[in-house]
Amino acid sequence: MAKKSSKDRLSNEVNAGSMADIAFLLLIFFLVTTTIAEDKGILVKLPPWSEEEVDPTKLKTRNVFSVLVNADNQLLVRDEPATIDELRERAKEFIMNPSRRDDLAEKPTKAIISLKNDRGTEYKTYLKVYNELLGAYNELWNEEVAANYSQYGDKFHDEIPFAVRKEIRGKIPMVLSEAEPTTYGEE
Amino acid sequence: MSKFQKKRGKASPAISTASLPDIIFMLLFFFMVVTVMRNAELKVNVVTPSASELTKLEEKSLVNYLYIGKPMPKWQNTYGTTPRLQLGDKFATVADIPLFLEKHKVKLPENKRGRITSSLRVDGEVTMGIVQDIKTQLRKSDQLRVNYSAKKEVEAQ
Repeated sequence: MAKKSSKDRLSNEVNAGSMADIAFLLLIFFLVTTTIAEDKGILVKLPPWSEEEVDPTKLKTRNVFSVLVNADNQLLVRDEPATIDELRERAKEFIMNPSRRDDLAEKPTKAIISLKNDRGTEYKTYLKVYNELLGAYNELWNEEVAANYSQYGDKFHDEIPFAVRKEIRGKIPMVLSEAEPTTYGEE
Repeated sequence: MSKFQKKRGKASPAISTASLPDIIFMLLFFFMVVTVMRNAELKVNVVTPSASELTKLEEKSLVNYLYIGKPMPKWQNTYGTTPRLQLGDKFATVADIPLFLEKHKVKLPENKRGRITSSLRVDGEVTMGIVQDIKTQLRKSDQLRVNYSAKKEVEAQ
């Protein structure tokens, strides 16, 4: 009789009390291994490879905004020394040319930004310069949305429909050409 | 007064913990889903610079990573201190890039191959020489979508 009762106890359901412990263990494992990777960066599209060099002499000087960065991370913008902080404003002024000066771009569609660095330039500086130039275009695109596409309110240019975005980029295309770097500061 | 005492006497028992496993399981599933197992052990030191005009990388499976930086201290005896390229989990040279890209490409369905992005995780202190060589190699391999990995800039205000 006593035997039977012990058999009865065996057939009881599994104790779920330890379930929480097991789950905790797994949870802690995943907590430790998790790296919620925030992968962000500056997206660029490189030009396809071609053997022949582009001849820059065909372009009018007024349409080219040249930025040179040397091995000491110093900037030369349109043949004058400059700092990174003023780059964004100057690029914007160059592209839009609001006061119709005859030494800045004829119109936004003709504006070309030419970026050239040295092999000894720090990557940090290069990226900062690139960031500023990209920032200039981003600001212009945003201003364009605010000025001519009021139906989108104060949205940024990358939050509106693709077709409109394309239209805006047709008006202010981003042309950033990167020349083969110089080799003065090779490490 | 007696009313209060009565209530205290009947104080409810401890909170039931029966739903605890469910809560824990919910958390567990959340972390299981968001976890990305690090598939490459970093052998080079990479501190990406900060920038403000950032784009988020969309599909993880469509991204391949190229690390460039100084070898970590324990590898410096073998590989020196000049910045090097790391592909997958080993040191590599620029010439290894095409094969690396191809290996990543064949794992993906054909219709998605056009959207493959190369994420360049480059240390801020590295000079442009090696970066330029890699960019040239990427262009030659027809891998034109490139993402310069960067941190969000903390605005000084």
